[in-house]
Amino acid sequence: MTTDPMAEIRASFFIECEELLEALQDGLQMMDEGEDDPETINIVFRAVHSIKGGAGAFGLEALVRFAHRYETVLDEVRAGRLLVDPDALKVFFQAADHLSDLVRISRDEAPLPEEETVHLLEALDAFLGDTPSEEEAAEEDIDFQPMGLALDLDLNGEDVSEDSDAFPSLDDLPPPPDFNTENDGASETYTIVFTPKAELFETGNEPSLLLRNLGDLGEAQVVCDASELPDLADLTPELPHLSWTINLATEADEGEIRSIFEFVEGLCTLEIAAGNGPAHADQNHSDIPHNLPEITPPETLGPPPESRSAPVPAPQSAPASLAGEQQTEETTPAERAPVKDKSAKPAAAPAAKSVVRVDLDRIERLVNLVGELVINQAMLSQSLEQSGISPHSDAMSGLEEFQRLTRDIQDSVMMIRAQPVKSLFQRMSRIVREASAAVGKDVRLQTFGEATEVDKTVIERLADPLTHMIRNAVDHGLESRDDRIAAGKEPQGRVNLTAAHRSGRVVIEIADDGAGINRPKVLQIAIDKGLIAPDANLSDSEIDNLLFLPGFSTASVVSDLSGRGVGMDVVRTAIQALGGRITITSEPEKGTTFSISLPLTLAVLDGMVVEVAGETLVLPLNLVVETLTLENEGVKMLRPGHNVIEVRSGFVPLFDLGHALGYREPVTDFEGSVALLIAQEDESRAALVIDNIQDQRQVVIKGLDDSFHRAPGIAAATILGDGQIALILDPSDIIANAGPMPRTSPAYSSEGLSA
Amino acid sequence: MSTQTGPDSIELLTFRIAEQEYALDILSVREIRGWTHATPLPHAPHYMKGVINLRGTVLPVMDLSARLGLPKREQNARNVIIVVKLEETMTGLLVDAVSDIVALSPEDMQPPPELSSDIAEAVVSALTLIDERMIRVLDLASTINVLEGVAA
Amino acid sequence: MTLEILAVDDSRTMRDMIKLALLPEGFTVHTADDGVHGIEVLSGIEPDAIITDINMPRMDGFGFIDAVRDQSKHRSTPILVLTTEAAPELKKRAREAGATGWIVKPFDPEKLVKALQMVAG
Repeated sequence: MTTDPMAEIRASFFIECEELLEALQDGLQMMDEGEDDPETINIVFRAVHSIKGGAGAFGLEALVRFAHRYETVLDEVRAGRLLVDPDALKVFFQAADHLSDLVRISRDEAPLPEEETVHLLEALDAFLGDTPSEEEAAEEDIDFQPMGLALDLDLNGEDVSEDSDAFPSLDDLPPPPDFNTENDGASETYTIVFTPKAELFETGNEPSLLLRNLGDLGEAQVVCDASELPDLADLTPELPHLSWTINLATEADEGEIRSIFEFVEGLCTLEIAAGNGPAHADQNHSDIPHNLPEITPPETLGPPPESRSAPVPAPQSAPASLAGEQQTEETTPAERAPVKDKSAKPAAAPAAKSVVRVDLDRIERLVNLVGELVINQAMLSQSLEQSGISPHSDAMSGLEEFQRLTRDIQDSVMMIRAQPVKSLFQRMSRIVREASAAVGKDVRLQTFGEATEVDKTVIERLADPLTHMIRNAVDHGLESRDDRIAAGKEPQGRVNLTAAHRSGRVVIEIADDGAGINRPKVLQIAIDKGLIAPDANLSDSEIDNLLFLPGFSTASVVSDLSGRGVGMDVVRTAIQALGGRITITSEPEKGTTFSISLPLTLAVLDGMVVEVAGETLVLPLNLVVETLTLENEGVKMLRPGHNVIEVRSGFVPLFDLGHALGYREPVTDFEGSVALLIAQEDESRAALVIDNIQDQRQVVIKGLDDSFHRAPGIAAATILGDGQIALILDPSDIIANAGPMPRTSPAYSSEGLSA
Repeated sequence: MSTQTGPDSIELLTFRIAEQEYALDILSVREIRGWTHATPLPHAPHYMKGVINLRGTVLPVMDLSARLGLPKREQNARNVIIVVKLEETMTGLLVDAVSDIVALSPEDMQPPPELSSDIAEAVVSALTLIDERMIRVLDLASTINVLEGVAA
Repeated sequence: MTLEILAVDDSRTMRDMIKLALLPEGFTVHTADDGVHGIEVLSGIEPDAIITDINMPRMDGFGFIDAVRDQSKHRSTPILVLTTEAAPELKKRAREAGATGWIVKPFDPEKLVKALQMVAG
């Protein structure tokens, strides 16, 4: 299979755009926070500039046009001609967002958002005054490149007669005879006088090459005028002393001849006249390419020490003196200095570390293989253990070592896919900008812990839930500007987005400083919708958690933004699908915080393997506090279907897992049953009735797709040593779904409950 | 008979559930496995048998007979699981036995008759005759993608 | 004739495009990510010509050309500047910095090849 290199570069370009867009965001962010040193502005400029450059190469016109305008405005900033105030910055942010959209649209070849583009172009134009028309002119691709002609007459090898005013007669011409002024009316003779100035050599231009390039246009006779050349002793190497007169017979027109000298315009004197001019009677007649190296005098004048013939010692010292000369000859030293300064400033560029680009597919494959390795190793362990080999044997200690290594490999492989959440947080910045604009509120998003690393797939799957929550915070969590002022708060609402590693998990928090959850309203709506009984007595935390019930919405007005308001059940499902948990805390007047806790790596869990109703299940070990043996006496019924048991800290709800999971009818006789005391996120506890405990071990988490008709409480699955699948439970989910429980506290005495 | 191979021919895998015969486009069939115990998913719809371990992947298994509304029957070791892939997702379909692989051309397919509301009809995309036996060709997408809310 | 080229540009896309244009024509292409990197790479090779972008982090094109011309053996090494702007001031500035010529982005691969052949022999 052949890969089209252009397609590959194109794909690579769009990846590069992502990086550039991120740098752009960073730079604008820094400018927003008041850091406006030149390097920051440069970074912002270069980001847009590079996107434009690459886009041009792929003919992405819309992108080029927009980027070019944006870049022009940024250039004004860079040059100090435009000051950046908050309004300007706002436009810059919008332009950056739009640029990001255009990149994506260009990549996916989706329809262009013409209106939006025009609108922003106008906004950008406002900064430019009336320069746009100049830009348009500049945008015309004025081709300044030397026009190498395709004329390949290949007459160079011909020996032209020494007769100075002669053109070869017909007889002397080789076939094909297409270059004869008598036959071909289109070819003409030009006389070109070329005298380089000192500056020409400083730019690395080479007269010999120029002469050769001329010769490529046709047939030339070159005469070198060395009459100005002083004696060697008086030679000042930096001053050119030679001039050439070339009689060129060519079909090219004058424009093409001039274009050969395009780069050296101004660095030489150039006369082009039609007609056969007088040649200097000199011994240096020659045809260009072959004999050129013999016109060596200019070489020795020129700077390069490795000139082809350098018999004279003087040129060797020339470079040194030339070096000195060149500096002082510089016409614009002032212009030079700032350039050096800018580049000297410590750049905010990331430390250059070696990176390798790897196909995601390969990583996926590696992750899967490692997962299977762990499973396989577990199966091997089990077989060995069951085979009766002594635990102290070499085989068993070898197995332990094997387990340790497998775990290490797994950890390392998992971290390959880990990425900082920064890109995700930057997306949220944009969501806040758009959301706040849509509802007319002034909101500031602050992020912390952007460098926290999370598995790449987790980041992708967090985007939607986070977007939802951020929108909710802006739309519903934060009060309107007037309300805030009336409440004595800052008019600008705050949303804080934090990420951190905490005790083996990743914790992400979204906190707003809004009005907090309106608990009476939430309660009322829940009652109205029949989600809870009218007389239910719920704790604050329980009321807050009502938001997670499907179909719940507090938005009395359907806002444009988040539709029916809170879709928190969808959010929670998404978080759980990642193996995580989400909780709410809220304080009236102060604000609301959503806290998401995710496993650090998707892949592994320390689990307690238990048996319930003949099925094997796994519970996260970190949730299990204690193992209990039940007695019928200790089990009290709170109300039908809800039991509690007494533990040291008070009464905790008792859940019959076999029944909760639909495996069997409820247990009536608890005598001797085993229960696990677990602790939930919000510190509350519960006890789960199981049949027995099998084991504690590390299991590989296998995700369950959405297509799995997710049951409550099932977080994922794993494959046991015997190849059987065991479901991994999320106990807090089961508990939450069993319906809100009344507060359980030591205040309940046994007398109040029926036995 | 109806096994002509032509440029438009489709290859079908035919299989049996109880006394009825069905078929699936072979292109979506990944493999065929013998019966293994499936770990049940709590509160799953009745036609979801559970999940099995397919070489390290968790594969959901759908009891096709339950899905098609056929009377519930005993599962036994002779049952077979057809592993299919639809878009990016793999699913296992529990059937009684696999019959054959046949190649049919579009002319051999007839649209399903409009019978009374029969669950089976909703997922049958065509009918065909092989040796005078009626084979219902299943539409995989509608068979697997059941429009039901997530079990709450 | 194999010409050895050093191409300096902070855009990976641009570096890839240059290689795509030059390698099939028999050029040898070395690349660098910015001016500082360019000087480092330069010390290990003997290029017949250098192509450089202007806008780069750490050390931009002008600074790079300066640094190259400061080296005695590269006083006359042809340097072509890649620019997305055809503005006369930029060309003047490039030339004053010591650039031999320029190429406007997006460049036509054939023109790039031709320009290099013109200035580098």
